[in-house]
Amino acid sequence: MNEPIAYFEHDADMGIVGRGKCIEEAFEQAATAVFAMMTDVAHVRPQASVAIEFEEADVELALVTWLNLLLGQARSRALIFGRFQLRRDGAPPKVGDRRSGPPEEVGTFPSRGIETSGAHWSGTAAGEPWHAGLERGVEVKGATLTGLAVSERDGIWEARCVVDV
Amino acid sequence: MDLGRLTEINPWCYALTLLPGEARAPVRLYADAQLLRGMDAKVLEQIANVARLPGLVGAAMTMPDAHWGYGFPIGGVAAFDAEAGGIISAGGVGFDISCGIRCLRTNLDLPTIAPRLQRLADLLFRAIPAGVGGEGQIKLSPGELDAVMRGGAQWALRHGYGVAADLEYIEERGCVAGAAPAEVSDLAKRRQRGEMGTLGSGNHYLEIQVVERIFDAAAAEAYGIAEGQVLVAIHCGSRGLGHQVGTDYLVTLAKAAGRLGIRLPERELACAPIKSPEGRQYLGAMNAAINIALANRQILTHLARAAFAEVLPGAALETLYDVSHNTCKAETHVVDGKPRLLHVHRKGATRAFGPGHAALPERYRGVGQPVIIGGSMGTGSWILAGNPQEQNSAFASASHGAGRAMSRHQALRRWNGRELIHELAANGILIRTRSMRGAAEEAPGAYKDVDLVAEATEQAGLARRVALLRPKACVKG
Repeated sequence: MNEPIAYFEHDADMGIVGRGKCIEEAFEQAATAVFAMMTDVAHVRPQASVAIEFEEADVELALVTWLNLLLGQARSRALIFGRFQLRRDGAPPKVGDRRSGPPEEVGTFPSRGIETSGAHWSGTAAGEPWHAGLERGVEVKGATLTGLAVSERDGIWEARCVVDV
Repeated sequence: MDLGRLTEINPWCYALTLLPGEARAPVRLYADAQLLRGMDAKVLEQIANVARLPGLVGAAMTMPDAHWGYGFPIGGVAAFDAEAGGIISAGGVGFDISCGIRCLRTNLDLPTIAPRLQRLADLLFRAIPAGVGGEGQIKLSPGELDAVMRGGAQWALRHGYGVAADLEYIEERGCVAGAAPAEVSDLAKRRQRGEMGTLGSGNHYLEIQVVERIFDAAAAEAYGIAEGQVLVAIHCGSRGLGHQVGTDYLVTLAKAAGRLGIRLPERELACAPIKSPEGRQYLGAMNAAINIALANRQILTHLARAAFAEVLPGAALETLYDVSHNTCKAETHVVDGKPRLLHVHRKGATRAFGPGHAALPERYRGVGQPVIIGGSMGTGSWILAGNPQEQNSAFASASHGAGRAMSRHQALRRWNGRELIHELAANGILIRTRSMRGAAEEAPGAYKDVDLVAEATEQAGLARRVALLRPKACVKG
């Protein structure tokens, strides 16, 4: 198996990759790749835990939503995360079927009058408030739809996208 | 970039050749062959995709500093007509909504500040919250945050940050209309709680600069700058709120495009018609984020003034201009001899109104809008002046920066942050940062030659060079 986290080239920003034996694990590693750009995650103590929940049937949009909810929660609570867990319930997502389904709304975003349905994702992120002892990397603004892909090969799932720095 | 598919219009402007059966609007790339060859092939792919979006007016364009972005290329410009089914795209604005540069002119020269530069850099570094995890002193209640989203820099002024004259030299006098705080998610609002008056990270900076050379005496006089004069540049945007608006609406607009049957060449071009519910919601949220950015740069201006006053009593820092380079703005442009209201996306591109434009302050109306091209921390920056529409055919747009020549990942492999800071100090440039990784990623060698970008901007008729600035001290995010 390749390394659980990796990076790929992008001119202005950064491409991140997370790999695992299932989609959830790949998403968790993708989150690690993102937060490792901000600090050395090995030194982040799991002092505070935040629950993340959302609805998303489209597996690629689920990756972007997961990462952006983590970034939003971290910033709104002045935390840096270092550990991640994710679980998915409901119908298994279909890779490559992203354009065929009805439009979905992400549960934790404000309702815009679009019906919510599809896979339910729930997870946690653990970390601590920023302090002087933590290495400062670069701030990640958000995950984008560029270079976005979730795929499986030889039993290993890979989740990737470009994040805006 | 392979120039094989490009046709030279003139040495500073190229067109993408239309393939048989290809349906899209024209594509124009403003740059010379050297700059174009240095660009990633993705720039061409992305701007060609933009040219397929509904309601595009004229050409989809890139500026001389263009590089690979998400959705739109950075340095991308595209105008859409709402009445013709035109769209608005979150990827055409960017996550750091209204990221821009505030330039301040001082009454100081280099010999005056040189003996105090170390102390000044240290004090600015302490006064300006910068870098990942940096929090500001201003904590706003939800009601107050709504007021900032509606009031922008005008809100900041009402709360003691700055002087009335600042507003005259900020686009839209520091406050855009049409902000809709109700369309901004709770998470976006929470994300801003500790981030008013913070610089951010990445390519953001507060820099002390000196005017090295004047190229256009009349414009320089109007802008109040002369060789040897010290300037201050503040580069940052709408912080956490803007980032969250961008991420929220990227998904919302991607779904809207599917629901409304808009065929996107790439999903990353997520967009919705300007007149659709989602388009209107994004427009309202984006305008709210623009006002956050304008307020943020106003607060940082105030903090910079306080730091200068402590080290150099009598120092005066006046706003030369504040210009955003990640926006979508409703503007009237003459197209085929008729005025049309267009939504002009500038993703990593600066508005560049020419002489006589009614939106310009009286002082600059004779010479055109100041256009600020921010360079790297080790090379230089430029001030240019906007040209008349007869010369600028890019909906009054121009370059915004040097543009990256290599990825952050490549830069990390090539440079060590600590060593780089020592090297720059040896060359008389003081860097203050908490992030050695950030310093390495922002190495001057990771950027294109900003002088070539400024020259190409002038030769392409987008704007004309007024002044070259050299960095002396830089607080990096």
